Amino acid sequence: MAFLELDAVCKGYGRDPHQVLRDVHLSMKKGELVAVVGRSGAGKTTLLSMVAGLVAPCRGEVRLCGRPVRGPGPDRAVVFQNYSLLPWLTVHDNVRMAVDRVHPDWPASQRSDKADEYVALVNLAAARDKRPAQLSGGMRQRVSVARALAMEPELLLMDEPFAALDALTRGTLQDEVERIWERDHKTALLVTNDVDEALRLADRIVPLTRGPGATLGDSITVDLPRPRDRRALVRDPHYHTLRARVVAQLRGEAAPGVELVPDEVAA
Amino acid sequence: MNRHRLLAIVLPITGVAAVIGLWALTSALWVDNLPSPARTWAASKPFLLEPFAKRGEMDQGILRFTWYSLLRVAKGFALAVAIGTPLGFLLGLSKRFTTAFDPVMQILRPVSPLAWLPLGLVIFQKAEPAATFTIAMCSMWPTVVNTAFGVRSIPQDYLNVARVLNLSPLQTFAKVLVPAALPYMFTGFRLSLGIAWLVIVAGEMLTGAPGVGGFLWQEYNSLIYEHIILCIITIGLVGFALDRLMNAVEVRLKAG
Repeated sequence: MAFLELDAVCKGYGRDPHQVLRDVHLSMKKGELVAVVGRSGAGKTTLLSMVAGLVAPCRGEVRLCGRPVRGPGPDRAVVFQNYSLLPWLTVHDNVRMAVDRVHPDWPASQRSDKADEYVALVNLAAARDKRPAQLSGGMRQRVSVARALAMEPELLLMDEPFAALDALTRGTLQDEVERIWERDHKTALLVTNDVDEALRLADRIVPLTRGPGATLGDSITVDLPRPRDRRALVRDPHYHTLRARVVAQLRGEAAPGVELVPDEVAA
Repeated sequence: MNRHRLLAIVLPITGVAAVIGLWALTSALWVDNLPSPARTWAASKPFLLEPFAKRGEMDQGILRFTWYSLLRVAKGFALAVAIGTPLGFLLGLSKRFTTAFDPVMQILRPVSPLAWLPLGLVIFQKAEPAATFTIAMCSMWPTVVNTAFGVRSIPQDYLNVARVLNLSPLQTFAKVLVPAALPYMFTGFRLSLGIAWLVIVAGEMLTGAPGVGGFLWQEYNSLIYEHIILCIITIGLVGFALDRLMNAVEVRLKAG
């Protein structure tokens, strides 16, 4: 049985139930990191929100371990694009909130230690007592990642987590996410508009066609060895072959041709 | 830099002096009944120099009167906050509640304290609870409106966090809604306190209770006009101090 299954899912916000997404099928194995790649506005966030249970599909069903998803649950943690940290809480307390939810029976000191553990995991121990307003975008997103991990979810959902960051910070955070993911191979679904990011992180890439009424294309397995080094990847011809296939699908081209210097998705 | 600091001190003093000058001029040239600044000072001395003296029911030091008024305001303001805050949350959270009660509130909001007080006297048959009722009825609106606005402007992101964490409604309320709306609530509290202090004079005038407002009205009837001015200045200074105080708390909250 698939770990996560999207079965003929449709979603629209107006009268038309297919307005945003139509007939989306996706099946994920446990321990897999899948990236859904699509243009801005294609419905990526909607897709992720349905898996998170924040939005209900108009038709079809999302199933987690065979059980239909009816609403949000602690088994699915979300790293939001805009971080969504609570500004009145410190780094530690933002993470602590998730620990409190998962382990309400633990003594306070143990919960606090656990929160510190996750703060340290994302290299923010020094900023433990800072508030989000005092942090850079990259640091805020680390807190958000720590909070999501602190929920000890079965499935980690990442909604364009690094889109708002500058290129250098984005690279560093990708490295960190890969390092953390290598640790326990948590099942994760990443949506992004960045093909290179998807190739860096994912086991499998599923392109989302151009909206409105977007749907998922054929999966592309990313069989690049891990850990993937950014600099080494750029020189790897196989990387470029894969990249060309993803870009071709996003453009709606039938036969994937090999492009050595592919354009950006948005072009 | 030094010049600016000097101006920051000199200019307000000039402003006060100008107003006092205008007051002296008015009393000397145009309005005979208006006591001059010098006469006001002379007549106010016993109340100012022994601010906590109690010589009789309506002959007490000005700070003692102020204290009575502040207690009365505190009671009315506490009632206003106790009613206004939950009301604001209901309005902020429920569209239906808003549709049902917003028109009533819009009608009750502009009613003057002078109108509420007789009704309070009818309901409670006693001056003190009537005054508390009047202060609460007049001063709760900013708390209601600002709390509702604060709750409505909580970003969907924060609510999504609560949903993803699967917080219970009570936890969502305590851990997300209240902290997120708190700065707005405090703006409401500050404005409410200002109105509560504004209403106290009217309340004490009509009930004749000892306090700054009651004293003011009594001295008007006793033709001691100097004390009216003493009361006005006291009311103004206390109101200003209360506002600064609440503002300081608000700024700290918003910074945190």
